This record gives sequence, structure tokens and C-alpha cells, in this order.
Amino acid sequence: MQTAFKGIKRKLKRFFPLYVMMIPGLTYIIINNYIPLTGLQLAFKKFKYVQGIWGSAWNGVKNFTYLFKTGDAWTIIRNTLGYNLVFIILGTLFAIFVAIMLNEIKRKKVQQVYQTVILIPYLISYVIVSYITYAALGESNGMINNSILIPLGMEPAKFYTDPKYWPFILTSVQVWKTFGYSSIIYFASIIGIDKAYYEAATVDGAGTWKQITSITLPLIKPVIITLTLLSIGRIFYSDFGLFYQVPMNTGLLYDATSTIDTYVYRGLLETNDVGRASAAGFIQSVLGFLLVLGTNYAVRALEKDQALF
Amino acid sequence: MDLYGKGFSRLANIVLIILSVVCVLPLLLLVTSSLASEQSLLQNGYSFWPRELSLESYKYLWYSRSQILTAYKMTILATTVGTLSNLTITTLMAYPLSRKGLPGRNFFSFMVFFTLLFNGGMIPSYLMWVQVFHIKDTFWALILPNLLMNGFGVIVMRTFFSTNIPDEVLEAARIDGAGETRTLVRIVLPLSTPILSTIALLSGLAYWNDWINGLYYLVKRTDYYTIQNLLNRLIASADFIANNAANSALTAGVTVPSVGIRMAIAVIALIPIMIIYPFLQRGFVKGIVIGGVKG
Repeated sequence: MQTAFKGIKRKLKRFFPLYVMMIPGLTYIIINNYIPLTGLQLAFKKFKYVQGIWGSAWNGVKNFTYLFKTGDAWTIIRNTLGYNLVFIILGTLFAIFVAIMLNEIKRKKVQQVYQTVILIPYLISYVIVSYITYAALGESNGMINNSILIPLGMEPAKFYTDPKYWPFILTSVQVWKTFGYSSIIYFASIIGIDKAYYEAATVDGAGTWKQITSITLPLIKPVIITLTLLSIGRIFYSDFGLFYQVPMNTGLLYDATSTIDTYVYRGLLETNDVGRASAAGFIQSVLGFLLVLGTNYAVRALEKDQALF
Repeated sequence: MDLYGKGFSRLANIVLIILSVVCVLPLLLLVTSSLASEQSLLQNGYSFWPRELSLESYKYLWYSRSQILTAYKMTILATTVGTLSNLTITTLMAYPLSRKGLPGRNFFSFMVFFTLLFNGGMIPSYLMWVQVFHIKDTFWALILPNLLMNGFGVIVMRTFFSTNIPDEVLEAARIDGAGETRTLVRIVLPLSTPILSTIALLSGLAYWNDWINGLYYLVKRTDYYTIQNLLNRLIASADFIANNAANSALTAGVTVPSVGIRMAIAVIALIPIMIIYPFLQRGFVKGIVIGGVKG
């Protein structure tokens, strides 16, 4: 007992500097991540700004009934899940396609140039992206109306007042901005494949197409599964930049552009409706968490090595 | 068979050329629009081929340059302070977690990892930063919320340390009498430049492009606006800059080219990244690969 205690003491002394090193990081995650978790209770409270998170009075599930009664809940959940589903399917297919194309480029220098260029949209902030979309879609000044639709004798489109265009616009912008990033991830896993497979296939007379379908795709399947399941785990989260900046927070478009994240922002800072917004935030946090656990469970069942935990 | 392969490679080139054009063309629209005269913008809208070229948008921005320069200064300051702090804190967190003998290692690793799975969302986080830490309308609003340390970065760096720094090296340092801090600074860090530059690059990009913290936390102190915040404000009200500029005697009698000016300022915000990017390109690709494959 005595010696065991001494052992621990010696160990602690030896590792003491390492614990000190962790202090800033641990302090930060406690403040930035753990304390706000206690704020989830706000979803069940009637929030008063002066009373704060912990001082406000309990309110039962009123925030939730209110949220669902107005129909806002339906719109934002439908949009968040619907867009994410489309992004996952289209984004994944497109990224794999581009990665395979990149792999077919034989000259390394050229390959690198393509990689550099398709990554550019990923580096640009959504604020600047919203300037670009405005330049293209603006009603009186926009490029599409002025240089395409009107010269062709068509009616100018009212992009910023009519929600019907937005599922298409948001999907295009999202794919434009992220495909370079995801195709580079898939490309990296394609280069990781042992060249011997392809050599053997060539000897056997298999063409490029055959090689893609029977070597490349089956061998990157684990990566495809993992990345897809991970994005499903984040299906309750939307990119605030995409849905807030690109439609320029336009009220007329909310039906097609409002997601949980933009709704929470507006509830907190614009409409001063913290109750409903925190109910929406609560749904996002908790269902999001359950989904991550569920998808990890699925990854573990399908590809044991790829599971996160 | 060989012809078939060549044909495929040609197809791949065509596809990637088209995609490259699609990636760059929208940026070109910003540039050409910013170089058009206000008159031609009002008549023909933003276009790739403006009727009349003019530098009037840029001239006008030159009048209000102090605002843009201040915003740039804030961007550079926040990016530098933020990235250096992020790199320091992440390293100091990741190194102990990479040490196999450390008691409590699994617990602390889980504490970091859990932040990636579950979070309280924007409202609790906003109220805490504002009501408890009073960062609203301070410089710290640009640095602290969300960007200072990322659990993901810690995990990636920890993995790098434990797979790339052999235990024997650490053991040898210990036998030579080097303390933990000395070992980290003198031995581990010089062997870890790839991961350090990756984390620095990703953190730097996040700070440079961030406008969300400014949107939430900078309400009155618009003098703390970064270039992204300024842009965000301008798209809502193009006269934000015009109002400020109109106050100066220099602009008396000048009409505000408000249509062109928006695009000109977006171009000005875009230029530094486009200049720096080619030099850092390899680092970004490597960072994406490290980050993406693992998680």
C-alpha cells in the first residue's frame, strides 16, 4: 500500500509538467464546450435576458409546443434534412467522379494544377461567395438577367423574391464550394491503392473502365461508407454561411432557405424569440448527438477499423 | 486497349479543364464587374464583358481607404494572434495526450473527443460569452469563440506525435536529463513541422475567413470589424462605406458608384488569399488529406 502510494506520487511528480501543459486547452474546452452544454436547459425555460440562462424560470415544454404549432419547426427541419440529403448524395457521387478523373491524369504536374484550381472555391469565405451570387443573380444588375435572359427575349427572373429557384441555387453553390475538398480526400485514398492490382488487370486485358469498376471503387468503398455515415451524423447541422449569406438573409426566401442554424440565429439576434430558437437548438444538439452515436454504431458494424470510437 | 486508356485520359483532361473553368469563372465576374464604369453597370448589369472599363469604383474606395485599412489591420491582427494561440494551445494539449504512460490520458482524450460529438449550440454559447465573459464589442470576440482550439486538431496532432516520435527518442532525452518542456521544444517540435504547419494553415484560414464571430459579437464597435465583417455589413447596406466616406471633405461632389463599389471591395478582400494560396497549396492539400481520411 505504502509503496503503491509512493509509486503514484513519483509518477505524478514526473508527469506534473505534462498536466500543466494541458491547462490552457482544458480550460478552453470547459468554457467553450462544456459550460454551454448546461445551457441546453434553456429550451425548457422562459428566457429573460437579465436573469440569464440559469436564473430564468422553468417553462415546461411550452417552447416546443409553440415551435411546432407555428409550422416553423416543419420548415426548418425539412430544409435542414432535405438539403443535407441532397448534398450528401450529389456531393459524394460528384467527388468520387472527380477523384477518379484526377487519377486518370498521367502527368503529375498537370494533376497538381487541377488540384490547386478546384480547391479555390473552398478557400473563399461565404461572404465573398454571396457577392458572387449577387453579381450573377441580382434582379436589376445581375449577370444572368442582363446578359442571358433579357437578350434571349425571356422574362428576367426574380431570384431574390421567389423561393422556387433556391433549392437549385443553394445546391449548386454548395457543390461548387466543396467538391474540390471532398474529391481530394477520395483522390488520396485512390492513390493509396497498390499499383500491382492495376498492373495485373492490364495484363489480363482489363480496360480503364473495367479497372475503375472492379478495382478502384471496391477498394475505396470503406472510405465512401465512413465519410457518408459521418455526414449523416451531421445531418441536423447546416452550414450557416451557405444558408445565411448566399440568400442574403432575405425574408421572402425563408421557406426555401431557412434551416435550424439560421433560425436559431434570427431567434437570438433578430426576432428576439429565444424560447423557440433554443427549442430548435435543443432538437439539433440532442438528435444530432444520438445520430452520431447511431452512425458510429453502423460504421462499426460495417467497417470495424473505420469507427470513431 | 491502349487507345481506350488514352481516350479515358483525354476525357479526364476535358472534364477537369471544364471544372477548373467553373471554379475560376465566378471570381472573374467579380473582377470584371469591379472594373466596369458605374454607367455601364446601371445599363447592362454585372458582366464578364463590361461595355466601358473604369477604375472609378477603386478610386472611390481609395477615398475611404482608412476604413478598409483598419479592417485589414484587424483581420491580420486577429489571424496572427488567433493562429499562434491556437497552435500553442493545440500543441500543449496534444503532446501530453500522446504520452503512453500518462495517468488519466484516456479520460482527457475523451474530454477532447466528446466536444466533437455533442455541443450546446449557438444560444447557450452566445449567452455565456456575452453574459459571463463580457466579450461583446471587444477584440476577444474575434479570437475566443469556437476558433481558439479545435478538438479535431488536437486529435490529429496527438496521432501524429504518437506515430512519428519514437519512444526511444523520448526515453533518451529523459536519460540525458531533459525536462518535459525541453523535450517538447527541442526534440518533438523540430520533428513535427508537417503537422504544425498543417494546423497553422487550417487555423489561419479559419480566422482569416471568419465573419460569424463578428456578426454575433461586434455590434457597436464596428472599428473592430475585420475585412469579412465589413463585407458582410456592406452587402446588407452598400451605403455603410458611402456614409463614412461622404463625411470626408475629399469626396464632396463625387457621386457614389454604389453598384461597382461592392464588387471592388470584394476583389480587394480576395486578392491576398489568391496571392498567398499558390505558395501554400501543397500544405492545404496535405492538411485536407490528413484531416479528411482520419475523420
